[in-house]
Amino acid sequence: MAVGEASLDPSTVPAGKAAARAKKPRRKSLFLRRPFFSLALLVALGFVLCAVFAPFIAPYDPTAQSIEAMMAPPGPDHLLGTDSFGKDILSRIIFGARYALTIGIVAVLIGAGGGLVLGLAAGLSTGWLEWALMRLIDSILALPSLILAIAIIAILGQGVDKVILAVGISLVGPFSRTVRSDVLQVKTQLFIEAAHLMSIPRLTVIRRHILPNVFFPLLVQITVRISEAILVSSSLSFLGIGVTPPTPDWGLMIAEGRGFVSFAPWMSGMPGMALAILLVALAIVGDAVREEFDPKLKRAQ
Amino acid sequence: MTEPLLGDAVPAAAPGAGSNGIAASDRPVFELLDVEKRFAVSRPAGFLKREKRSLAALDGVRLTVRRGASIALVGESGSGKSTLLRVLLGLAEPSDGKALYFGQPVNEVRAQSRDFARSVAMIYQDARASLDPRMTVTALIAEPLLHFGLCGREAVGERVAALLSRVGLPAEIAERYPAALSGGQVRRVAIARALAAEPTVLIADEAVSGLDVSTQAQLLNLLRRLKREMGLTLLFITHDLGVASYLCEEIAIMYLGRIVETGPTDAVLSAPAHPYSRALRHAAPEFFAPITDPLEGEIPSPLDLPTGCRFASRCPRVEEDCLTAEPILAPIAPGRTVACRHPLDAEDHPALPQITASAPAAGSPAGGAGVSA
Ligand SMILES: Nc1ncnc2c1ncn2[C@@H]1O[C@H](COP(=O)(O)OP(=O)(O)O)[C@@H](O)[C@H]1O
Ligand code: SF4
Ligand SMILES: [Mg+2]
Repeated sequence: MAVGEASLDPSTVPAGKAAARAKKPRRKSLFLRRPFFSLALLVALGFVLCAVFAPFIAPYDPTAQSIEAMMAPPGPDHLLGTDSFGKDILSRIIFGARYALTIGIVAVLIGAGGGLVLGLAAGLSTGWLEWALMRLIDSILALPSLILAIAIIAILGQGVDKVILAVGISLVGPFSRTVRSDVLQVKTQLFIEAAHLMSIPRLTVIRRHILPNVFFPLLVQITVRISEAILVSSSLSFLGIGVTPPTPDWGLMIAEGRGFVSFAPWMSGMPGMALAILLVALAIVGDAVREEFDPKLKRAQ
Repeated sequence: MTEPLLGDAVPAAAPGAGSNGIAASDRPVFELLDVEKRFAVSRPAGFLKREKRSLAALDGVRLTVRRGASIALVGESGSGKSTLLRVLLGLAEPSDGKALYFGQPVNEVRAQSRDFARSVAMIYQDARASLDPRMTVTALIAEPLLHFGLCGREAVGERVAALLSRVGLPAEIAERYPAALSGGQVRRVAIARALAAEPTVLIADEAVSGLDVSTQAQLLNLLRRLKREMGLTLLFITHDLGVASYLCEEIAIMYLGRIVETGPTDAVLSAPAHPYSRALRHAAPEFFAPITDPLEGEIPSPLDLPTGCRFASRCPRVEEDCLTAEPILAPIAPGRTVACRHPLDAEDHPALPQITASAPAAGSPAGGAGVSA
């Protein structure tokens, strides 16, 4: 039979060829490819350093009042001026970075944790349980984060820890929605069917194949949503229902300066600028992280 | 090829009389008994209306896969090949009929133990999608090794290296992720992973299609060697008659959810009995060039099958009796079956050169449909 005789001389097959082809030239480093990202990362790191080393960097005690230096404009003594109680605005901004970042990061971690649990449960369950979880997520999502946070603060009361919890809970909805859609997407992948075909137990498939594939997009979500959490917490403070004075919180500072905008614009302007710069920097970093690591976006490039 | 390995109409071979000498049991590895698989589909029916219909992806399929057999399943896309595999593997429940593994329903066997999972390995057409993108090559190949308890954790590195070299991959890719591998390398990883479980049956869905010719040739050589060395039972879906004849002793040709012809590959390809097989054969004079748009005439929608022979709308030999009732698969020669009322015989093929199924030389463009005695 002809089939039996035909063969290919293995020696004519260059074994290493396919391997060589797959090796791509080294890509330019992330920082060179993305100058904006590098700048934004530096800015964000600057805020982190301020937060960590605030007592060493800040020229004044952020809560120390001074009658002589009330509402001093920016100058050599007070680089960013002082507020209506004579507190140094630069020092308050530096200490304020602690509150902004702590609240932002911890709240996002709470939101991500809750969202992971809820999203996994909704994505993996079926029948009435799935239906119930979906309605739960939908009802959380029906309210914007800020409104939800206000409602929770109304129940819990004011204070940094309450703000963190309120903002965290308000983020559970958006996080669980993305986790659930990621789970649904991963569940239909061929490698899940392949694991099933191999008779790998369901729980092992979830732990080994579904979780890692859901976790990574979650990390990206976390970086993207920190700025949202900071914005919501600052808004709470601005509305006077978040962190209480004299805490050096940016939102609070903006609110305190509101009545003096016409003759001491730096009181609201300086913390407002700090907030805007941090939010923009975090948004750029978050976007870059997403584009860099999201395989779907990458393939489209 | 001394005995028919395919086709229900042919009596089972005596135990131990397999052409490869390993047939210890007369129970076929797989049997599909009049399998039907219908999908519920809805399609537009006028303004804002949808009509629920049932689509028969498989319609009365009978297939017997004996131990040590190598069977190519050939047919145009949409003919139900992948659905057949899914039923065979227990991934889809047949709507009607039975899928048996050594005489037992596949679903029962799968629920009972891991033996089925270990013995039957699958290579997916979309190899990349079948590999977890967050796992390294080592982790991917280690998974079946550890899952089936084939080696301890300390021996995994060694076993993975051995499997990689077996499929012709360099050891240094072990720590890479699939995204960093070329298409050919990903197929090899999928093959290595399938082989890791030391299966006795290898099922492949277009495992080499879409690759460049030299990579195809390397993989086909590899599979052929594995088949010989490990005595694998092979069920291989392909578009490519060259691949079919190179790798498989038997061929089953599918059309719109039915098997229309079976038999020894070289016999069927050199003298096809079904007009559809002949059309396929004519459409692919170049071997190792997949059939892309092979046939004249509209392929009927599986939702609107004609009464009588489903190939009638494209068949040059159609006669009145073809339209009355569907022809069933029946023996026409030892080891050969065909579902046609007016099958072709050898005299109908003066123009067909006999084929050899030599793989094209690595690196050469689509290679030779050589002629041999
Ligand atoms: N899950 C499904 N739902 C509806 N129709 C399907 C499904 N899977 C396959 N089909 C249909 O069944 C037919 C056969 O498909 P398939 O087995 O994939 O063919 P092949 O692998 O030969 O290309 C096609 O018409 C396809 O559209
Ligand atoms: S049964 Fe008739 S229509 Fe169908 S393939 Fe045979 S000759 Fe053609
Ligand atoms: Mg297919």
